[in-house]
Amino acid sequence: MVAARITVNGEEKQISPAAPHTTVLEFLRDRGLTGTKEGCAEGECGACSVLVARPGVNKPTDWVAVNACLVPVAALDGQEIITSEGLATAGEPGKPPTLHPVQEEMALRGGSQCGYCTPGFVCSMAAEYYRPDRCAHADTAGGTDAEHGPNGFDLHALSGNLCRCTGYRPIRDAAFAVGTPTDEDPLAQRREQASPAPVATEYTRDDSVFLRKGTLAETLRLLRERPDAVVVAGSTDWGVEVNIRSRRADCVVAVDRLAELRELRVESDHIEIGAALTLTEIERRLDGAVPLLAELFPQFASRLIRNGATLGGNLGTGSPIGDSPPVLLALEASVLLADADGEREVPLAEYFTGYRQSVRRPGELIRAVRIPLPLSPVAAFHKISKRRFDDISSVAVAFALDIGDGIVRKARIGLGGVAATPIRALATEAALEGTPWTAETVEAAARILQGEGTPMNDHRASAAYRSAMLGQSLLKLYAQTTEAVSS
Amino acid sequence: MSHLSERPERPVVGLPMPHESAALHVTGTALYTDDLVHRTKDVLHACPVQVTKAHGRITALRTEPALAVPGVVRVLTGADVPGVNDAGMKHDEPLFPDEVLFHGHAVAWVLGETLEAARLGAAAVEVELDELPSLITLQDAIAAGSFHGARPVMLTGDVDAGFADSAHVFTGELQFSDQEHFYLETHAALAYVDEAEQVFVQSSTQHPSETQEIVAHVLGLHSHEVTVQCLRMGGGFGGKEMQPHGFAAVAALGAKLTGRPVRVRLNRTQDLTMSGKRHGFHAEWKIGFDADGRIRALDATLTADGGWSLDLSEPVVARALCHIDNTYWIPNARIAGRIARTNKVSNTAFRGFGGPQGMLVIEDIMGRCAPLLGLDPTELRERNFYRQGQSTPYGQPVVQPERISAVWQQVKDNARLADRRREIAAFNAAHPDTKRGLAVTGLKFGISFNLTAFNQGGALVLIYKDGSVLINHGGTEMGQGLHTKMLQVAATTLGIPLHKVRLAPTRTDKVPNTSATAASSGADLNGAAVKNACEQLRERLLQVAATQLGSHASDVRIVDGVARTLGSGKELAWDDLVRTAYFQRVQLSAAGFYRTEGLHWDAKTFRGSPFKYFAHGAAAAEVEVDGFTGAYRIRRVDIVHDVGDSLSPMIDIGQIEGGFVQGAGWLTLEDLRWDAGDGPNRGRLLTRAASTYKLPSFSEMPEEFNVTLLRNATEEGAVYGSKAVGEPPLMLAFSVREALRQAAAAFGPSGVSVELASPATPEAVYWAIQAARRGDASGNGRVRNGVAADGLAAGSRVRTDAKASSGA
Repeated sequence: MVAARITVNGEEKQISPAAPHTTVLEFLRDRGLTGTKEGCAEGECGACSVLVARPGVNKPTDWVAVNACLVPVAALDGQEIITSEGLATAGEPGKPPTLHPVQEEMALRGGSQCGYCTPGFVCSMAAEYYRPDRCAHADTAGGTDAEHGPNGFDLHALSGNLCRCTGYRPIRDAAFAVGTPTDEDPLAQRREQASPAPVATEYTRDDSVFLRKGTLAETLRLLRERPDAVVVAGSTDWGVEVNIRSRRADCVVAVDRLAELRELRVESDHIEIGAALTLTEIERRLDGAVPLLAELFPQFASRLIRNGATLGGNLGTGSPIGDSPPVLLALEASVLLADADGEREVPLAEYFTGYRQSVRRPGELIRAVRIPLPLSPVAAFHKISKRRFDDISSVAVAFALDIGDGIVRKARIGLGGVAATPIRALATEAALEGTPWTAETVEAAARILQGEGTPMNDHRASAAYRSAMLGQSLLKLYAQTTEAVSS
Repeated sequence: MSHLSERPERPVVGLPMPHESAALHVTGTALYTDDLVHRTKDVLHACPVQVTKAHGRITALRTEPALAVPGVVRVLTGADVPGVNDAGMKHDEPLFPDEVLFHGHAVAWVLGETLEAARLGAAAVEVELDELPSLITLQDAIAAGSFHGARPVMLTGDVDAGFADSAHVFTGELQFSDQEHFYLETHAALAYVDEAEQVFVQSSTQHPSETQEIVAHVLGLHSHEVTVQCLRMGGGFGGKEMQPHGFAAVAALGAKLTGRPVRVRLNRTQDLTMSGKRHGFHAEWKIGFDADGRIRALDATLTADGGWSLDLSEPVVARALCHIDNTYWIPNARIAGRIARTNKVSNTAFRGFGGPQGMLVIEDIMGRCAPLLGLDPTELRERNFYRQGQSTPYGQPVVQPERISAVWQQVKDNARLADRRREIAAFNAAHPDTKRGLAVTGLKFGISFNLTAFNQGGALVLIYKDGSVLINHGGTEMGQGLHTKMLQVAATTLGIPLHKVRLAPTRTDKVPNTSATAASSGADLNGAAVKNACEQLRERLLQVAATQLGSHASDVRIVDGVARTLGSGKELAWDDLVRTAYFQRVQLSAAGFYRTEGLHWDAKTFRGSPFKYFAHGAAAAEVEVDGFTGAYRIRRVDIVHDVGDSLSPMIDIGQIEGGFVQGAGWLTLEDLRWDAGDGPNRGRLLTRAASTYKLPSFSEMPEEFNVTLLRNATEEGAVYGSKAVGEPPLMLAFSVREALRQAAAAFGPSGVSVELASPATPEAVYWAIQAARRGDASGNGRVRNGVAADGLAAGSRVRTDAKASSGA
């Protein structure tokens, strides 16, 4: 096996002597690339954003921005990354580097004050700059809104970057001013070649190992031998455990590049989404085919997180405040669990068994999520949080309703943040089904919904507010549906 | 026009410039303190031993288990301190305490070959504690009578007569939250001992001179044996005015004891749990208005949550008292201030330094009382503006009252206030579940340190034989663009192009005894000092040029790097002039100095004229509120701000926008929560990470954001006619809070006084809407009740006892 290595700004570097838990951020800073900063070490501030060459959606390679503070450097064995230092092309010796177009806009428009968050913003902005369908989107959409620039720039690309100095206006101006990459731009050209293939990795130091196998079968055999292994995809959850709670694992197994976990199939009676597809990939590939998911994704953490996070990970960690379970519950999704002996399908409603616990057995892996078709036509996702971009839910409510001739034929409601696990609002569903979709029945159902689960008081919200928001979400949905009818 | 404010021909000040380090920022090549670790050999890493109890006396501290951890080199404890075991200026902050006074208090530091080793070592240190009772919430401290420091009272006029004169008297309370600085760069220091046994500390500090002073007294050295340098900070906001000293002292002590460089860099959770924040306050007030809504009297008690040590709490409270008037004339006032001692982090400076807290009290009063007086809140505010000849409650004449109304009128025009009020009324009538609100608030903020001695600045300017210029000054760069302005000032004074001037990092061995870069005073003090040094040099060079040009020095001008004399075509290029001066043995370096004239302050009587001038501004903010959830968006903000004649307009607009959004964060979103329950985690900061403490992101930026600088605004008393800009714009964000209040009110019947918790989170706004719908204003009690159920400090308690009384 070749020694683990990573290409940074075009230069190949040995990963050794980093530890298996060493993050890309720590690795870069140890090697003198101190432009990449630590602001929070939990994927919230984006000061550590770097670009990774990933399999593309519209071109062979996409430049994808991720939080370097969360990803173990061993997970990027054989991969290519670009940092803020690498975006500027080195000029003649003794002369300052030529600024990248994104850097130039940020510098000239006052996009930096203290400058500490700036390299991260620059990388996140560069990823959007190189998004192949960015300008095409602007051409078809024509107009812009507060979150989209005339150049097609989607401000959500920066939703995972925090700036404490500027108030963001000049950064938005810079983002909305960047043009289109030239044909000579080496990073634009790089998109036309295949991204680096995943590399089987066995990176050991002292008593701990980071492993990546080439196939699902090998991975499942490994998990049978090492049921203690921590399974990671984008490492957006495990990275927080390592950094904030100082957890260390003897064995970490990466599954994010397994081809068997990266398929997306639309069949006549269901859609199957591979557990290791990133949320960004799902979002782009579904392109609105599942409206409830389309509503979810922009509210799910940040673009930086969605570029690494997977449905498998969100269900695997089983947090009661994960944002995908309420939506998948409303969609009546099931989970396909694979182990070395085979595969089984478990309805998501039966998957969670307790706080961060599930029916998933040691050695078992989530291979895919299956969503039955057809979809209920009335769908809404209401996430209640303090901040609109990149916050954790106080409560999340997902609705999938089938309303015909004024009667609710079917109601599926998924709730997050009101119990030890994500739950279905079964009493409310029963109260709605078969009744007319009127203000009276909705108000009655809202009162029932308000009593579902056992919300608690914490720093995000009071229990009273959480309960109130359950009922309010149904009233709001009703107002939206009647508004849509009347307009 | 004063000498200080007068601008020469073709000044470089006034030109819009990006930040002087912008190219370094965007390429990741700008260096911050912790970036130097990679460039330093054999660095030891330090990790604090934090005790996770709110209060207790240490009975045993066992470091041996830490020393057994591979890679641990040394454990620093109080026994190691050769000098004074103290990290503060009030001598109440032991660097290595024997009494734990807040949850997370560091009692020892472990040095390791790697950060991992230091961390494991810190976890291995055993601390035994006799736990003692603790006070966590401000209410509990007030109830227990737990106060420390000064208890100033500001008196003016005859308060009792004022209330007797009042047609309307209201009383109320407001409790509002603290705020975390959340500079993106956490506290950091890197210390080493040089070849002459002197200590050199790289520190992320707003106050290098004081960091130097503390390091020296901890190590038992004189100040000339310690040098502190600050390259730049990744944000400061006041959080690095006092707080860096102890961390720098730990690094320096470690370096002194081991002979190796020692790095202290807090991770985010350590920073959040160990460093002080903006003071949360409680205010209890009684206000009297005459029949027309003019304030006759105000009686208020402001209590700041000081935390475990005094730190800067006394001057913070003084500034709060000095700003409770904001833009309003209060003829009769009795305002008391006090500092609660709680078992929490030691609260400290934060942009505005008590000013925002004082002003929030009066703006909240205005917003709550306007409906009770039957007045539009904009009208109520206007009626109370200062007029010529009136003075503040502490006795300083308000000499530019016309600026209060000038910015106010201009922002109303820019915002098309009257038209949009009508549009909003129509919108609200048509939308039962969504309401909009539009509010205007203004500000008057005193510029200068309250303590007169701090109002001095120094600079050292060097001209080299090749004509290049290097400036040093006492101010630090934390993103506010001070260095950019100083380069512009130097280029303007010398009459040379900007590229001729370079600025060196702030160091205590270049300019001694500097004041903190704080109180918005950085450009005023250091700019005047740089200007003074450059003037000395210019005068010398003019003499040289006069001889060369065959003229009198008074007839020579240096413009754009060329010396010319009146009525002659002869000219002399800067580089030639400098070279000539060198050969004539003219001194090409100068120390500059500035002291602000005309200030006086008597802290005992709480009277004087502590401020050189006032900064002014006004903002009009429009919000849209969802009646189902209380969630809201800031649709549009218009600001007119008075920065005098701007030294650097792009920098100033950046300060205004950034300050506004930071203020909006404090007032609407940022929500520090402490565990006030009696469980094992009592006193613990619950929001101890970026995932739980939310600061504004792109989604909180106003969708339309128009900032205008007041024109023809020359300030006679400051360098090149400019005004300070660092802090005041934060207080423009009151407009957002008042707009939210109005939008919430729009859900209910008109004329209802809406009380709004602070921060006005979506939840707080939701309860305010519910109260407005009921036609009462008791909604915020539900926030309190909801949160109190598990014992959390809500930081958002507003009592509903605003009531009209009859005359007396």
